[in-house]
Amino acid sequence: MMTTSLRLRAGLVSLVLLAAFLGIWHLATRSTAQVTTMSPEYAKLMGLTATQGKSAMPGPLDVGAKLWEHLKRPFYDNGPNDKGLGIQLGYSIARVGTGYLLAVLVAIPLGFLIGMSPLLSKALDPFIQVLKPISPLAWMPLALYTIKDSSISAIFVIFICSIWPMLLNTVFGVATVRKEWINVARTLEVGTVRRAFTVILPAAAPTILTGMRISIGIAWLVIVAAEMLVGGTGIGYFVWNEWNNLSITNVIIAILLIGIVGMLLDQILARFTRMVTFPE
Amino acid sequence: MADKFISIEGIAKRYPGAGGATTTIFENLWLSMARGEFCCVIGHSGCGKTTVLNILAGLDAPSEGAVIVDGQAISGTSLDRAVIFQSHALLPWRTVLGNVAYAVSSKWRSWDRAKVRAHAQKFIDLVGLSGAEHKRPSELSGGMKQRVGIARALSITPKMMLMDEPFSALDALTRGTLQDEVRRICLETGQTAFMITHDVDEAIYLADKIFLMTNGPGAVLAEVVENPLPRDRGRTDLHRHPLYYALRNHIIDFLVTRSKTFTTEKPDHDPRNVPTVQIGKPGLSIASDAKPEAPRETSWPGLSRPSTSS
Repeated sequence: MMTTSLRLRAGLVSLVLLAAFLGIWHLATRSTAQVTTMSPEYAKLMGLTATQGKSAMPGPLDVGAKLWEHLKRPFYDNGPNDKGLGIQLGYSIARVGTGYLLAVLVAIPLGFLIGMSPLLSKALDPFIQVLKPISPLAWMPLALYTIKDSSISAIFVIFICSIWPMLLNTVFGVATVRKEWINVARTLEVGTVRRAFTVILPAAAPTILTGMRISIGIAWLVIVAAEMLVGGTGIGYFVWNEWNNLSITNVIIAILLIGIVGMLLDQILARFTRMVTFPE
Repeated sequence: MADKFISIEGIAKRYPGAGGATTTIFENLWLSMARGEFCCVIGHSGCGKTTVLNILAGLDAPSEGAVIVDGQAISGTSLDRAVIFQSHALLPWRTVLGNVAYAVSSKWRSWDRAKVRAHAQKFIDLVGLSGAEHKRPSELSGGMKQRVGIARALSITPKMMLMDEPFSALDALTRGTLQDEVRRICLETGQTAFMITHDVDEAIYLADKIFLMTNGPGAVLAEVVENPLPRDRGRTDLHRHPLYYALRNHIIDFLVTRSKTFTTEKPDHDPRNVPTVQIGKPGLSIASDAKPEAPRETSWPGLSRPSTSS
């Protein structure tokens, strides 16, 4: 009862804030400048800003109309520089997905090994400490030079940026499994492999999933920048291309969509985390 | 004692201390238990009780010496020796049934699911948790959790049970009920049990033999006290037994004073032949200090109570 009314009120406040934001945006970008008379030929060159006093910044209605256009045809393909937003987002999600899954495949088994072996943990620690703070984009030239393929290079950059949170969280989760749970398995003469799957994995799963959630967030942050660099396809490339086209409307739409996709990715991982979390 | 089902032979535990020195928790520790015997260890914190239990369980290895169970030196853990942990140590992502079934399927790996479940269910019923099979440990009270721990330990039909203060985290009422159940189960199944406790009354109620350990570091097993109370003792009239207070006082005297002074007062203490104290049989007792136990007990008001009231 209490919680439903709280949620209702919070939703209401959110709507009011959204309406206020859109209203201020609309007022700030409405036509105010003086209209100068000029020859029609010249007016065509000058654009609406000079002829009708329209603001150079698009208003919410312009963005809404353009967004509707995009939503009606998300998957059109008119050649390299004109593809639907659905296609561009699809490219980005595919790159993030591939790089991220590769990172999962490497980070979790490796993290298990490091977490279970104090020797490996100590031996590999300096490498991890040095590699972890490197900006993923710094790898880009090296990746382009060695891989010689811009799309795969972008995937590599996603791989390298999403591996660290997962690796470190897996190591931490595995290394800090409660001694008493390990002892239970030991007194029951459970073998190493079965122990890893029946005790260590479930015990470390919430920590591992938290690492995976951090990683997907970072991967989605990095893909936009990576695609701006490598070009060709993807939502990052779309943003940069529309900036070159001076289409601020499309840039705003892209920003909005990047936010929404990032939120959805985070929600999916949050749901997985809840599934493996156990109350104590 | 001729039948040595479990024999701890001269074990020591040492840890490397600061500056190359070694800390000796205990050394040259000898003790033995007969089959079906219930033994309690009493001693102050830090005397190495838990280490002895962990060595018996195989979770820890002694720095010296050996443990022989049923004629064989142990190396590592075994499904023959079940452990009931102080903190119950249930796997929180598994249900009650899941926790017990995990132990069952670890012992009998070829069993199918139905057989494992049926076997686990039998032991859940035994500890009185029928109906709570599908609950997670977080939904259970402390006493129920420890019942699951007991069911898990019993379900693998071990040769002996090792208990590290299993009831210390429980309230008095729950503790009493669980003590009754553990006692009943151990008597019914003829378990050999080794239990660490801080609770003198718990030891008197449960144990056939009580091991008294001096303070660590360098702890020694000072005495083995044989419980003079009859095997069919009940919780409610325990304190009416004529030897109850003598036994209780002997243990408490040890804990309060002699556990500190024992090593200096008895330099000729032979750890291989630890004196056995038989309270109530003054002729046979080898009490370590000169104070006779039997005459003193007559002055206790509690002693006359049973005779006058009944």
